[in-house]
Amino acid sequence: MKDMDDQIPRTLPIQSATFSNPINAEIRRAAATGIYDIRGGGAKRKVPHFDDLLFLGASVSRYPLEGYRERCDTSVTLGTRFAKKPIELDIPITIAGMSFGALSGPAKEALGRGASAAGTSTTTGDGGMTPEERGHSSKLVYQYLPSRYGMNPNDLRKADAIEIVVGQGAKPGGGGMLLGQKISDRVAEMRTLPKGIDQRSACRHPDWTGPDDLEIKILELREITDWQVPIYVKVGATRPYYDTALAVKAGADVVVMDGMQGGTAATQDVFIEHVGLPTLSCIRPAVQALQDLGVHREVQLVISGGIRTGADVAKALALGADAVAIGTAALVALGDNDPKWEAEYQKLGTTTGAYDDWHEGQDPAGITTQDPDLAARLNPVDAGRRLRNYLKVMTLEAQTIARACGHNHLHNLEPEDLCALTMEAAAMARVPLAGTSWYPGKEGF
Amino acid sequence: MQTYDLEADGLRGLNSSLQAQSAETNQTNWEIVNPKGSHAIAVGLDAPIEVTVKGSTGYYCAGMNQQATIKVEGSVGPGVAENMMSGQVIVDGDASQYAGATGHGGLLVIKGNASSRCGISMKGIDIVVHGNIGHMSAFMAQAGNLVVCGDAGDALGDSLYEARLFVRGAVKSLGADCIEKEMRPEHLDILKDLLARAGSDAKPEEFKRYGSARQLYNFDVDNSAAY
Amino acid sequence: MCGIVGLFLKDQSLAPQLGNMLTDMLITMTDRGPDSAGIAIYGAETDGKTKITVQSPTPDTDFVGLADELGKSLGSMVGQTDNDTHTVLEVPAGQFEAARAALAEIRSSVRIMSRGDSLEIYKEVGLPKDVADRFNLSGMSGTHGIGHTRMATESAVTTMGAHPFNTGSDQCLVHNGSLSNHNSLRRKLRREGVVIQTENDTEVGAAYLTWKMMNGATLGEALESSIDDLDGFFTFVVGTKDGFGVVRDPIACKPAVMAETDQYVAFGSEYRALVNLPGIEDARVWEPEPSTVYFWSHNNSPTTHEKAA
Repeated sequence: MKDMDDQIPRTLPIQSATFSNPINAEIRRAAATGIYDIRGGGAKRKVPHFDDLLFLGASVSRYPLEGYRERCDTSVTLGTRFAKKPIELDIPITIAGMSFGALSGPAKEALGRGASAAGTSTTTGDGGMTPEERGHSSKLVYQYLPSRYGMNPNDLRKADAIEIVVGQGAKPGGGGMLLGQKISDRVAEMRTLPKGIDQRSACRHPDWTGPDDLEIKILELREITDWQVPIYVKVGATRPYYDTALAVKAGADVVVMDGMQGGTAATQDVFIEHVGLPTLSCIRPAVQALQDLGVHREVQLVISGGIRTGADVAKALALGADAVAIGTAALVALGDNDPKWEAEYQKLGTTTGAYDDWHEGQDPAGITTQDPDLAARLNPVDAGRRLRNYLKVMTLEAQTIARACGHNHLHNLEPEDLCALTMEAAAMARVPLAGTSWYPGKEGF
Repeated sequence: MQTYDLEADGLRGLNSSLQAQSAETNQTNWEIVNPKGSHAIAVGLDAPIEVTVKGSTGYYCAGMNQQATIKVEGSVGPGVAENMMSGQVIVDGDASQYAGATGHGGLLVIKGNASSRCGISMKGIDIVVHGNIGHMSAFMAQAGNLVVCGDAGDALGDSLYEARLFVRGAVKSLGADCIEKEMRPEHLDILKDLLARAGSDAKPEEFKRYGSARQLYNFDVDNSAAY
Repeated sequence: MCGIVGLFLKDQSLAPQLGNMLTDMLITMTDRGPDSAGIAIYGAETDGKTKITVQSPTPDTDFVGLADELGKSLGSMVGQTDNDTHTVLEVPAGQFEAARAALAEIRSSVRIMSRGDSLEIYKEVGLPKDVADRFNLSGMSGTHGIGHTRMATESAVTTMGAHPFNTGSDQCLVHNGSLSNHNSLRRKLRREGVVIQTENDTEVGAAYLTWKMMNGATLGEALESSIDDLDGFFTFVVGTKDGFGVVRDPIACKPAVMAETDQYVAFGSEYRALVNLPGIEDARVWEPEPSTVYFWSHNNSPTTHEKAA
């Protein structure tokens, strides 16, 4: 009988797709600790993205430009609507807001060095402006956030632009709570907070609510800065058409739209993965709003959230954006999640490429930390050069594509240069499925 | 005395003139007539000048003030003296919501009542309200002193950090993590000084002090309903 | 997102200037709402008549002979007073439903803006000043009125999306804020048979109050229950034949300023809206409390739920 038993085929153990091992591990972790998981890094789940789009290079019906010899410009000016001094950038790739506090002083310096060398801007984050950052950034955007940590009129006037942060792609609608490991003496002083506490963040601005108030807030900021610098309004992508239209009506010079893959800021995992729109899906509605109001290209649109390559840049611009912003990619260029720290990632219970506890301050790469020993691992000059190189490569890649499509400026890329590999991407980007002239939702079909 | 007619000559000219004053200016006294509820009056000043607004203002009067003394002979709209760094702002009438929001320094005096969210997210400013304050006042207040000679509305000091709250009258309700605290001699000294500077004859001994219970400083699952 | 103004006269000698004062207040709120504007005005009434204000995108054709045709259909005399894209039809009291049905037959393109004994609503897309000019709002007289300037958030910039919304005979409502449960509430109210014509959140707020009152609530009670049943941010100003009410949500972020003298009670989203009213320097000026219903009535008899401030 025993032999017979051995010969009966058995049901293999089947992992539940619903209750997968990672899900079950998270249930056990929540049960043990009583706190939600907090991390950085933006949405990790697979969502329709720029990879699902392809460019239609020129051939017979259209004619390409010669690489390196025939001009393909990359410059962009942000803030042409009302500001006396718009920001002129050599490349349409900017560095997104990341705070001193989240990042070490040397890391902020490296971002400033790399961006300045590439002819583009960096952005402060929650917690105010440091002299190092101002000093090393030729063009610095100052974020105006609900917390107003470190906010003061002198720094405001030192900024080359002001970005009113209404939301972020990682957490549209969220404030939230961060753990306290990184509230070092200097960070605590800059933020007027007790050292070592959890930081609770408000989700709305303390002194205005809604676009009718925002219009008055923008007036105040312009009056204080003598109408010199552009005022951006940054939103986490959820209702891109309305939010873009209302930012324009409130008087913004630039709208920054951050998709759900964006987010170096720490927040709840549940927020990162379940609130917001994929970056790909928010561009066309935002552009539509600008077009409907007759201000496309007059009010510039900056797209962020999961931009990694020159192809991503070219695709965002082709869909109607004026520029993009990078956060996570810039950190990787500085040295974040580098395999050379694998042994230390293992000690932290993670691995290269998966490390996302940027808020805990134990970053082996020395970027997202306030620990002086760890921070010393990052040489800001070398890291700045890496960032500059990466920005240059992205720009060259985008130019390669633009020339192939016959354009002498990146801004001449258009949706008609694109097709989509999937129905989802076709619907979201409103470009035809590859080989067809149709996309879901297109009228007349 | 410089007199500026806001209705006739416009906001831009007013603020650029006031902002152009330096510490050595001879034009130390300014009077603004016909404010008519306009927004962003006398914002971003940074000189030891005295500005008197003859009437009521709209949003963000005296926003981000440094050094200047700004007196409003009327009432003010939302966000008076928001993010003030230093100097003084004195309001003869009432203040709308967000009075003194996120202020880092200086003294804000409201001789009438202040509406909701007075001192929200304050970071070092001193605020003295001769009358009452509305709901959600001192929400997430980080540092500084809020003195209320009248009553306070609902949810006073919700999610408070290290700001000190002094209330003479009734408190309708305290917000999460805000508790009454012992009034010690150093607090009476602070109060005495602030009341004197704010022109109030209230007695420090008549006040109660409220502050953070510090139970939300580090997450505890048993407090999760308070977040 | 919007600007609201309201004016309730205690001193009827000011009645001829109501439109003038309200128009000035309305134009002051242009920055808060440049997309469209509207005004509800409680003016003269004719005994035994109901006023129906209707709007047409093509008044030149729609309004020609409209009263005659409607009168024939109803079997009675109908008055007609044209004003740009709007016209006020006076039908015998009690004939509103019949008139609504007849209008749908004979002029399917006209839309009903309001109905009531004294209420007229005028609203159009455009800057408040232009809207006021086209209807000559400043020349209107009345006992009280409410105006609104709109910055559209999620619903279309159309005449029908403009405020005020008529919520029942002689009732109207304007709103500043953004309701967050209007989609589900709209579905619920439609299932209950309430007519909701647009995707606008404010119309849902108005329909909600109408529905409450259809089920026996007073306006004050309906406003009280709105505080629990409506989610999101709102400041409402409502008008009735005799009175004028204000309510704000419990969070009360959207601005509201009120002024009262012996002559009037006035409402503005900002103090700027009130600065040219007579005697404003000596008025009692205050902000309405959250979650509190305020109501003023010419009858001077507020119900227990209608707190006279």
